[in-house]
Amino acid sequence: MSLVELKELSKSYGSKKALKNVDLNIEKGKIYGLLGPNGSGKTTIIKIINGLLQPTNGSILIKGKAPGIDSKKVISYLPERTYLNMNFKVTEIIELFSDFYEDFDSKKALKQLKKLNINPNDKLKTMSKGTKEKVQLVLVMSRKAELYILDEPIGGVDPASRDYILETILNNFNEGSSIIICTHLISDIEKILDDVIFINKGEIVLNSPAEDIRKTKKTTIDKLFREEFKC
Amino acid sequence: MKFIFDDNKPIYKQLVEQLKIMIVNNVYKKGEKLPSVRDFAISIKVNPNTIQRALIELEDDGLIITQRTSGKFVTDDEKIIKSLRNSLAHETIEKFLFDIAKLDISNEELIELIRREGKGK
Repeated sequence: MSLVELKELSKSYGSKKALKNVDLNIEKGKIYGLLGPNGSGKTTIIKIINGLLQPTNGSILIKGKAPGIDSKKVISYLPERTYLNMNFKVTEIIELFSDFYEDFDSKKALKQLKKLNINPNDKLKTMSKGTKEKVQLVLVMSRKAELYILDEPIGGVDPASRDYILETILNNFNEGSSIIICTHLISDIEKILDDVIFINKGEIVLNSPAEDIRKTKKTTIDKLFREEFKC
Repeated sequence: MKFIFDDNKPIYKQLVEQLKIMIVNNVYKKGEKLPSVRDFAISIKVNPNTIQRALIELEDDGLIITQRTSGKFVTDDEKIIKSLRNSLAHETIEKFLFDIAKLDISNEELIELIRREGKGK
């Protein structure tokens, strides 16, 4: 059974079609890159998988069931925009996560924060954009989830910090669990991907193992993306 | 020695090639324990399944050995490493001879050129 299964899934916002007939399977133990230009439908797919949006047509199953309380236990989600209270200290947010998620490992979170030189007694609002993003990533990766969905995990951090972010991701995801990384900063992450999914104008235009692309097209994912989505 | 990846080849193949050179070069010595798949992945920022695939290929070639409880090790069989060195040298020379043949140089001249270049190194 696939971890996530989308079948002939469509989503419209009024007359605007955001997703058209999307078929997609997410399997266990793989890192996926969901890649597409702005407005291509990436975030819509992710919100549907997380049960935050309802599809207009088609079906979505998480481990064989419709999104709901069970799927929230399976999926750890890093949204594009923060929902955390900026007046909180990191330690308070860690408490909140411990209360909220059975699978949250607060020791692991504190250890990762230390590695990134982040003081857990600091309030979120005193932190830079990049540091806030790192805190949120650490929180999301400190759950023992089966699927991690990361919407633009490296967008706000400087290139030198991106390696730390990749390290945090690789260091923390569970054996056998899967990750979907949604981004347009492809060259920074492409080496950690198993499978590459290109989405454009609400349709999946490519779904292939990253190594097959390197082999058959003799190019990087980043270059292929630039070619495919040339304006 | 660091891993450097080209754009246009599967990463697992490049990993296999570069790990072979590292074994011949004693970066990873015979009988030495290799980092775990996860540690490899973290240190070179490459997908863990890709690392696994490369290590399996090296294992099929007899260059590394998995001990079920304690991880992966470079073979301690010197013969295997020697024959790897020979076959890598053979490939390199073959490629070199193919390229140099296009320049229409006699064998004597070629040997003389190699000698002279070698002295500078």
